[in-house]
Amino acid sequence: MELNLQELNATEFPVPTELENNIAITSLSQLYNWGRRNSMWPMLFGLACCAIEMIATASSRFDFSRFGFEVMRATPRQADLMIVSGTVTKKMVVPIVRLYNQMPEPKYVLAMGACASGGGPFKEGYNVVSGMDKYLPVDVYVPGCPPTPQALLYGMIALQRKIDGQSIANGDDVPWYGVGTAEATPVPVLGPDIIDPRQMDMIRRQAEASARDLDRLGGRELPAATQLVAAKVETRETAAEAEPIDDDALSFVLPAGAAPWAEAEDIREKRRLRALARKALRASRRAAAVEEG
Amino acid sequence: MVAPALDPEVQTNSTTIEGAIDYLVSARPDAVSPDSRDGYEGIIVAAGQLLEIARMIRDDLGFDYLSSATAVDYLGEGDHMEMVYHAYRTSGGGALVFKAQTDREQAEIPSLTSVWRGADFQEREAWDLYGIRFAGHPNLKRILMWEGFHGHPMRKDWREAYYEEEQKPFDSRWPGGHVHRSEEKNVFGKNVAYPPDIDLGRLMDTSETAVYQSLGLGVDVERIMDKDGFETNELVVNMGPHHPSTHGVFRMVLTVDGETVTSLAPVMGYLHRNHEKIGERNTYLHNIPFTDRLDYISSMGNNHGYVLAVEQLMSLGRRYNEPTYRCEALRVMMVELSRIVNHLWAIGFWLNDIGAFFTPVLYFIQERERILDFFEAVAGSRMMCNYMRFGGLFGDLPERIKSVSNLTNDRVRDYNTMQFLTEMINERIPRTIDELELLLTQNEILIERSMGVGVLSRDDAINFSAAGPLLRGSGVAYDIRRAEPYSIYPELDFDVAVEDEGDMYARYRVRVTELRESVRILRQILPRLEATKGESIWADGKPGAYAPRVPLGEAYGRVENGKGELGYYIVSAGGRNGSMNPWRYHVRAPSFINLTPMGVMCHGHKVADIVGILGSIDIVLGETDR
Repeated sequence: MELNLQELNATEFPVPTELENNIAITSLSQLYNWGRRNSMWPMLFGLACCAIEMIATASSRFDFSRFGFEVMRATPRQADLMIVSGTVTKKMVVPIVRLYNQMPEPKYVLAMGACASGGGPFKEGYNVVSGMDKYLPVDVYVPGCPPTPQALLYGMIALQRKIDGQSIANGDDVPWYGVGTAEATPVPVLGPDIIDPRQMDMIRRQAEASARDLDRLGGRELPAATQLVAAKVETRETAAEAEPIDDDALSFVLPAGAAPWAEAEDIREKRRLRALARKALRASRRAAAVEEG
Repeated sequence: MVAPALDPEVQTNSTTIEGAIDYLVSARPDAVSPDSRDGYEGIIVAAGQLLEIARMIRDDLGFDYLSSATAVDYLGEGDHMEMVYHAYRTSGGGALVFKAQTDREQAEIPSLTSVWRGADFQEREAWDLYGIRFAGHPNLKRILMWEGFHGHPMRKDWREAYYEEEQKPFDSRWPGGHVHRSEEKNVFGKNVAYPPDIDLGRLMDTSETAVYQSLGLGVDVERIMDKDGFETNELVVNMGPHHPSTHGVFRMVLTVDGETVTSLAPVMGYLHRNHEKIGERNTYLHNIPFTDRLDYISSMGNNHGYVLAVEQLMSLGRRYNEPTYRCEALRVMMVELSRIVNHLWAIGFWLNDIGAFFTPVLYFIQERERILDFFEAVAGSRMMCNYMRFGGLFGDLPERIKSVSNLTNDRVRDYNTMQFLTEMINERIPRTIDELELLLTQNEILIERSMGVGVLSRDDAINFSAAGPLLRGSGVAYDIRRAEPYSIYPELDFDVAVEDEGDMYARYRVRVTELRESVRILRQILPRLEATKGESIWADGKPGAYAPRVPLGEAYGRVENGKGELGYYIVSAGGRNGSMNPWRYHVRAPSFINLTPMGVMCHGHKVADIVGILGSIDIVLGETDR
């Protein structure tokens, strides 16, 4: 969105003649977004091949500063946008999630290239995360292997358009305009394989089930991935229907006894309800105004 | 550790590889036997005597340079593990290949780090991925995966979470074309699998503590506090994996005394994307685009090494034609252009590292953009060219190509290809190199900053298996294009760049000289292209087979890439008439092995110099971690 001055000046609100063309009237959201979308500073953060094209996009021929991605900041504390430029490995996803948590809100993630979007050519690799969105919320996906600088620019402009549509009046729209503190994304743990804390209960159930199954077969010698898949007792679909595990069993896995993400769910739910209430209030006020006027 | 002058009696017999093998077999018949398998070369050494024989190979026979050390798992093909070593003489010539075999279950082989320190990281990699223990290794810890990972993933019976079949093409995909998402078949919806005995009760991330322990360090905070209180001695500093100057996701753990570095250990694996495991599932042709993504600055060079290795194997069979002359000329041209791209990039980012932030880079990568335009016109992609094929190429040069006329305005112009090339090679690139030299070579700040910093002595460079500008900057005139020539390099006129000082500035000078030599080679290629105009790029006029059957045996193809010696060790096994998929696909990555002497080079320098030293080695993480 460009701020079109002509449009802003031609307003329905009465402006004294002598001030015409000197006063612009717009909504706070629009003005705020205009400032934000034109000063998106990406984090100086390269992962793999795509990083080279990202550097090419930043340098003289393509120059993303023209569109407001002014400078790349090496520290996450000063960055608005994380361009995940390359293959995300299990070993690397731990620092990436930590970096994302360190970025101040509002923050955005752009998955650059096939690997960051879904694993790409390396998807089947044992150390590869099949897409950044398995761990972080991704706003824009740019296809390509690697995407050309033009494609990356297009993706970045698409992100600007997305920002234009966000409203600070609606707390339900984006999490950072709501109330309460933002919850951090849980940092994965490097165990025998990478462990997403959000999936802990599911992993536990699987491990128990496969251990039971193997006991019956007379032992559990080879700690290989295949046996777990072979001894598959439930899939994601059936897992949803399975009886919930008791909290006592989980408690030793979790630090403080209670599930932090359950709390987060709670806050999110409250936020949603509050937003709905606000919406209803606005609607009723509008209806009242129509009735009066 | 310079190789001692050869004993004249030994020398007469053993200057050739065959002579050396004969000498070893006759001197130590108890420990050495020739490798008599079909398509294999070299000797098999009894694991117990490996250390002794390795010393003989280095000291008596003069093979002072250990290029590659890698493991192969022959499950079902003899059921043993094998370590394969390729040793060369820095005076040039072919490889002495020696192997040591061990049992799969209790795999243990003596470490060669006391003979060649360059074996350090490679042995750690073999431990990490194959589970071979190296007796006598000073720091046998995982290097690419994290400490605590389950299993050794390159073993043939280890399967990844998204495992589908042993080899491609998978039945589900071809010829039926039923594509599915692996996530949907995995219980967790992710690329993970856990061993059944996973102990969730004692779940702790031990990978970090393991890193510090392997360096002989406690937790960093303990080191800061002296027993008296606040006196600080030594501090542990982590640089990376997210750091603007580590050229990607590379990490260094330093201990510093004030500003001075007392020890440094590289930590890698943050971009380990399982090239080799995926490569062994792929067909031979599948792997070409994957090689692009190794050293992603110079993909053409990566293609070349792999294609040479497979061609070596294919030439053992009947249905194989040598590449035509035009094909070879085009290959050399592409490779030399990538070398220019690589060195411009390397010098630009090295300057970035020593403090000239980004401005020099902008100048140097201008010319790169033009070369990439050329690659895009010829191969279809700017960076990942996927251009070479076994016995040929993807395509010939187009008649006309499109490129920007001027990089400050993006207007695209149409050029005659040969005209474009001639102008680029004769005018633009030399002008860029002149400009670069004018700004840098006599620049006092640069000289002050880089002379005498990060010195690697000649003996260390050889012993640490350094390659490329790092080796030649230390006074070893070893360039594979001359030492063991391939393609049409023997008939081309160029010099090997070499500098004796072994510091950052010497490496810079080597790169500048190589830029000039590349231009010299390109100038000789242009008339060859004109002369072969109209000649096919394929020997029999039509493209090679989509899924060639490659004769059984082993091959080691190596090329001089921008960053150093890039080697591919390929084993074809598992069939009777040849195989469709490589049994073993190993990449000898210069960026990986060049990091072995990093600790030695950085000792006693300031933290700010470490960044420059890393830049002067010129690594790329796609290749380091594979």
